[in-house]
Amino acid sequence: MPAFDLPTVWAFIIAFAIFAYVVMDGFDLGIGILFPTLPAGRERDSAMNSIAPVWDGNETWLVLGGGGLLAAFPLAYATILSALYAPIVAMLLALIFRGVAFEFRWRDPRHRAAWDAAFSLGSVVAALAQGITLGALLQGIAVDSRVYVGGWFDWLTPFSVLVGVSLACGYALLGATWLIMKSEGTLQDRCYRLAFGLAIGTIVAIAAVSAATPLLSDLYWKRWFAWPQVLFTAQVPLLVAIATAVLFASLARRHHVTPFLATLIVFTLSLAGLGVSLFPYVVPPDISIWDAAAPSASLAFMLPGVLVLVPIILAYTAWSYWVFRGKTGHEGYH
Amino acid sequence: MLESLDATLLARLQFAFTVSFHFIFPSFSIGLASYLAVLEALWLWTGRHVYIDLFRYWLKIFALVFGMGVVSGIVMSYQFGTNWSVFSDKAGPVIGPLMAYEVLTAFFLEAGFLGVMLFGMNRVGRGLHFVATLAVAVGTFISAFWILSANSWMHTPAGFATSDAGQFVPVDWLAIIFNPSFPYRLVHTVLAAYLTTALVVGAVGAWHLLRERANEGVRTMFSMAMGMITVVAPLQILAGDQHGLNTLEHQPVKVMAMEGHFRSYPDGAPLVLLGWPDQAAGEMRYAIEIPKASSLILKHALDAPLQGLDSVERKDWPPVAIVFWSFRIMVGMGLLMLALAAFSLLARLKRRLFDWKLLHLCALAMGPAGFVAVIAGWVTTEVGRQPFTVHGLLRTADSVSPLQAPAVAASLAAFVVVYFIVFGAGVYYILRLMSQSPHRGEAGPERDQPVRAAGITPAPAIADPVAPKGGI
Ligand code: HDD
Ligand code: HEM
Ligand code: HEM
Repeated sequence: MPAFDLPTVWAFIIAFAIFAYVVMDGFDLGIGILFPTLPAGRERDSAMNSIAPVWDGNETWLVLGGGGLLAAFPLAYATILSALYAPIVAMLLALIFRGVAFEFRWRDPRHRAAWDAAFSLGSVVAALAQGITLGALLQGIAVDSRVYVGGWFDWLTPFSVLVGVSLACGYALLGATWLIMKSEGTLQDRCYRLAFGLAIGTIVAIAAVSAATPLLSDLYWKRWFAWPQVLFTAQVPLLVAIATAVLFASLARRHHVTPFLATLIVFTLSLAGLGVSLFPYVVPPDISIWDAAAPSASLAFMLPGVLVLVPIILAYTAWSYWVFRGKTGHEGYH
Repeated sequence: MLESLDATLLARLQFAFTVSFHFIFPSFSIGLASYLAVLEALWLWTGRHVYIDLFRYWLKIFALVFGMGVVSGIVMSYQFGTNWSVFSDKAGPVIGPLMAYEVLTAFFLEAGFLGVMLFGMNRVGRGLHFVATLAVAVGTFISAFWILSANSWMHTPAGFATSDAGQFVPVDWLAIIFNPSFPYRLVHTVLAAYLTTALVVGAVGAWHLLRERANEGVRTMFSMAMGMITVVAPLQILAGDQHGLNTLEHQPVKVMAMEGHFRSYPDGAPLVLLGWPDQAAGEMRYAIEIPKASSLILKHALDAPLQGLDSVERKDWPPVAIVFWSFRIMVGMGLLMLALAAFSLLARLKRRLFDWKLLHLCALAMGPAGFVAVIAGWVTTEVGRQPFTVHGLLRTADSVSPLQAPAVAASLAAFVVVYFIVFGAGVYYILRLMSQSPHRGEAGPERDQPVRAAGITPAPAIADPVAPKGGI
């Protein structure tokens, strides 16, 4: 393998896009999941206002993940999406409901309760579908001569449902800690309580998924427990434990920002763990990043674009977060 | 075999349904974003209140249209994989990077500045706010650039080789991006978006003019819209003509279907105005035609020979009736727009723009014409490319995912139900906003979000920091 290997570079780029998506859309999907626990009126309005200016940008990372996969690993894009047809379509439909609710709920006060329900149901279904997709991918996808050959319910197993529920729980935790940061008063109090329960749920979920994954296949088992790799891989759970401790301590001391940051670190580590399991496969058990990669003419053409544009995108995204910094009220932005 | 055919047909229906729905929103938001940028610029330039009122009025509508464009667009970007997986695997190396550049250069730009554009006026100041509006407007154009390049490549593929795995491999990126039909399609589609928007703005203006003639905002928007149509409608017809000539060069079979030429005409082909294309019999029934006019339009010579579908194998024929009729609908709409343009010009010259009732009724009736023409145009283009997804190289039947018909039927039904409920509600909210007339001190999306009844009056509501100095 040459030192500068385009498929590897692209695997990291796509992983970065997915990471950015998960943490950014994660907190706004999480707020949708928490919506039913918030009383209608001020608390819901402030929760909504805290994400209204940024959700579209957050969701664009999903488009980059999908578009980037099509461009860099077309075979993976083609087989994953057709194998996971049902959960992907469910996710797309769910994202429609929650996306339009941002505007519709303000335009139609008489049906606000209905659009709030659409917002929250859409968020729950999107989160579950994303988790199920991930779980089904980890389980492996049957491919023969570049085409998916499994049945169209193969994705539905106890493991994939476990990953789905875990992801939804994690998103809700991100949402709660985001709101701790962006709100005050009764809403903030409520979020401290919610975050505590959700943190417990998330840790249990991470433990369950981590325990189940190595049992799925020999490959994952060796990845995690083969000597001397285990010296390296054992750091991941260790760091998760530290981050969790920080999370609980900061919740107990009612810090405003630390809980969100600690949750971000837990997410980062979980994704790193996922990378350990999967790399270099994009469609386990058979298709590696080199099998799926587009010709180097495609990969090379996009690379400068990514290297130049992603930092610029991050800069103006940060600017837009900065513009809407601070605690949000329930009256909308003025 | 029959089963896989059904699944292909369902997948095509699903794609056609979702993409047509999607495109309704961009064709409005591309034009509206530019219109908003112009309004804000005029406000900054002249300081006149009417421009910022109109800006806020249309901004609320823009927020709805844009949101629906985004969510329906996300569906599109995943549907290549879910329903056209073989196509994605084979054409991904070429069209994937174009779409990736679209995300990087356009979608992030739009999304990143949208929040500031909608809610940020009082947080960033006027100059930066205008920058945000411009960024969104430019973003919609860049988005059209890339996606139309990808789409045009499927019509007129260039700059590629084919690999052992059957993939299209890029060889010359400039040739891919600026493939032969791209410049024509870009110009024609962007003009279409401007026309569509101008027709909607004009219809809203006309509706209010019929009831309250004195409203300055209404007069301004009506006049701007009619001016835009007067300039753009003739340009669009010219662009369409050039586009057709280009298509004749690169996709002659599509033009045969558009013209309804089942047989070849060695000495001058007639222009079929109306008729009933009978695909099975391979002839045009009940044709009303102008002798030799088609050769005149397409070849600039009355006696120039034109080949017909009889020179092509039947398995390469597109569905002629759809292409033939959708083309006539588009051109008919274009001619009606030209007539409206002429009418409004006459009214302007006679200084009766704001009190000629018949003009207002016509403008009102033409409000949806842009959408009709745009969808008809896309149907002409896309159905005319059949039975291929990549013209001449990859058949639609060989592009489809290995899905079973029931799976696709279920998802198609779900898309139809959800789209009609959600986008139906959205269109209703838009019409409701449009039915109110713009007024002085118009609220923007950030300030008429209710809840402020609660009794606390936040500072910005007292002093109006957006009003230009001396205003109010
Ligand atoms: C000529 C222009 C044009 C055409 C042919 C298409 N679109 Fe589109 N699209 C836009 C112009 C546009 C836009 C103006 O940029 C939109 C509309 C509203 C918006 O938010 O951006 C958009 C939104 C939009 C989004 C959401 C972007 C976001 O998250 O902000 C996606 C993923 C797509 N589109 C994808 C597609 C795909 C896969 C298409 C082809 C099948 C397609 N679009 C046809
Ligand atoms: C928004 C504008 C567009 C509209 C309204 C549109 C419309 C359509 C329609 C009506 C069909 C169905 C044709 C048929 O099956 O007979 C179709 C098919 C298709 N189009 Fe487009 N299209 C648009 C843009 C695009 C773009 C930008 C691409 C690619 C980058 C694209 C790729 C395809 C593909 C892959 C098919 C499926 C194969 C097929 O059924 O023909 N379309 N489109
Ligand atoms: C009256 C004169 C017009 C002529 C002669 C004309 C010509 C054409 C032709 C030949 C095509 C097919 C190109 C191809 O696929 O090869 C086309 C497509 C299209 N037309 Fe028109 N057109 C006219 C008016 C309009 C109007 C008024 C609109 C919308 C407001 C419109 C919107 C479109 C769109 C969106 C497409 C599909 C995209 C594309 O291929 O450019 N057209 N037109």
